[in-house]
Amino acid sequence: MSEQRQFISIWLFVGVLLLIYGVLIMGSGIYHLVNPPAQETVLAELHAPIWWGALLTVLGAVYTIAFRPRR
Amino acid sequence: MGVLILQAGRSQLMSLSAIDVAIIAIYFAFVLGIGFYLKRFTRSGEDFFLAGREMTAWVAGLSFLAANLGSLELMGWAAAAYQYGILATHWYWIGAIPAMLFLGIVMMPFYYISKTHSVPGYLKLRYGESTRALSAVTFALMTVLMSGINMYSMALVLKVVLGWDIHFSIWVASLTVAVYVALGGLLSAIFNEVLQFVLIWLGAMLVPILGLIEAGGWSGMVQKIGERWSGDYTHLWRTLGSFSDNPMGIHWTGIVLGLGWVISFGYWTTDFLVVQRVLAAKDLHAAKLAPIIGAAFKMMVPFIVILPGLLGLALLPMNLTGEAEAVATGGHSYNEVLPLMLARYCGPGLLGLGITALIAGFMSGMAGNVSAFATVWTYDIYRALIKKNATDAHYVSMGRWCTILGVLVSIGTAYLVMQFLSIMDYVQALFSFFIAPLFGTVLLGMLWKRTTPAGGFWGLLAGTVSSIAMWLWVKLDPSALAYIALSPDAKDMAENMYRALWSWLICVIVTVAVTYMTKPKPESELRGLVYGLTPVPSEGHLPLYKRSLFWAIVVAVVWAVLQIIFW
Repeated sequence: MSEQRQFISIWLFVGVLLLIYGVLIMGSGIYHLVNPPAQETVLAELHAPIWWGALLTVLGAVYTIAFRPRR
Repeated sequence: MGVLILQAGRSQLMSLSAIDVAIIAIYFAFVLGIGFYLKRFTRSGEDFFLAGREMTAWVAGLSFLAANLGSLELMGWAAAAYQYGILATHWYWIGAIPAMLFLGIVMMPFYYISKTHSVPGYLKLRYGESTRALSAVTFALMTVLMSGINMYSMALVLKVVLGWDIHFSIWVASLTVAVYVALGGLLSAIFNEVLQFVLIWLGAMLVPILGLIEAGGWSGMVQKIGERWSGDYTHLWRTLGSFSDNPMGIHWTGIVLGLGWVISFGYWTTDFLVVQRVLAAKDLHAAKLAPIIGAAFKMMVPFIVILPGLLGLALLPMNLTGEAEAVATGGHSYNEVLPLMLARYCGPGLLGLGITALIAGFMSGMAGNVSAFATVWTYDIYRALIKKNATDAHYVSMGRWCTILGVLVSIGTAYLVMQFLSIMDYVQALFSFFIAPLFGTVLLGMLWKRTTPAGGFWGLLAGTVSSIAMWLWVKLDPSALAYIALSPDAKDMAENMYRALWSWLICVIVTVAVTYMTKPKPESELRGLVYGLTPVPSEGHLPLYKRSLFWAIVVAVVWAVLQIIFW
């Protein structure tokens, strides 16, 4: 086995990616709330991108903070 | 385990917005970034081929499941759920959970304590070089061929769903996998599989959630299916008393003995593609827990795979048909049910996440194939038969190159399938020939110390040859299906189940017979490999909630309750 095996936790990668996705999807949901697209999806009135995006953002933030590299 | 095929030439189902494309592009940047980052940690053979054997139970368990959870699996079984109803769930419950628990509790100690790099490596230790060679060559060949078939199917999916060029999809997705696996080996594959596992769930979970809201819950969905379709689509067992009572044309004995016993145990306990992930666990305790964690999540997969198919039955305004009819009429096929449901609920952003989940599923499955191929080729073929005494660095280098080579052969297979579509049926059948007998060989080797090297080899060979013979028999004379599957009402699905069962039985009978005619290995050579000669560390000192057996029982009880609920 190699020396210095202190690699970044996989959960940090997961957290950062979810955080980015959450912000993008929630932002897109808010934009489309203000500017509804020409073709609405079924149950568009539930605004799934906003709450699903918010969920991803929170999950991503929790994992990013919990697994951030510490000295 | 399944492969799905769509036919090109129809208009695309959906188009992506800029934010969807950004989400997909970020995903590709991430998986490549992980490969480049992890390269510095993979210097030895142990690092490259077994991820340094330092994965936690959670990481190994999720990776174990993700390697199996390809996107074709997701789309194929959603299609099966639309076509056959909840019967498709058997492939996730009885067709997986008992075997995964058995792997964790009974078989993992022998794999792990033997310190083998691979399943063929275990066969070498237990039976000798000839059994390893037979198993390694067939596994390596089938793995890259299957990988190519999956690649072609995925490219077709992207063509039909998004209108993407087939060549673009094949080359971009497969070269991305080649780069990150060649750089970081199994470590990189496992890291990405965990990431892909999370994405698959978060990308696919919205469809059943919103679908259930629209249908008015489970009971509303069942009512709508009942109003639109005749037949029982929502019960697991009650239609399996006769071949003719259910759309699969299968009997419960085929499901229990063929799928639940031979095929499932063969795949989950001896297919190195999945077992390799668990061998990377940091200790035996983690290795035993990993398949149990995988089983717990596997039990939930029908929520994102089968339920969307059932919801499609209840809610989609159009009737989906078989692929040929869909092409002829310009309609939609069963295979499109998951993308159709995705397009139904997911607008910009969420659609990108859902498509990323499908691509992630494809890449995790392919990375599983190529990393397993690289290990078996390097350790069980190249080192065993071609170059025995090279340095560790040489074997790592070989592993990196044959990762690239494996991907290129897969791409070649994809193009071959594009020209000759029937190859797909043959390769899938070939794969099924080896799994069932191999389970007999490994099981007897682990649990019966009397089993001899000759018994193991001839049993495996006889089981494999008999499986091929039965397949050929039905191919040449379709009426033979009534003999293989025990009923004239049996359909293709039933043939696979029973063929597996008979080939496993033949393997076991031949192994036992040859064993009694030949001389066993001395016990000193079997220590650490066989039940009764391998001291398995007790977990008695651990608190109850940390013991693998406790969690296996919890999963088994939940599994049993689910069978009763959906009986």
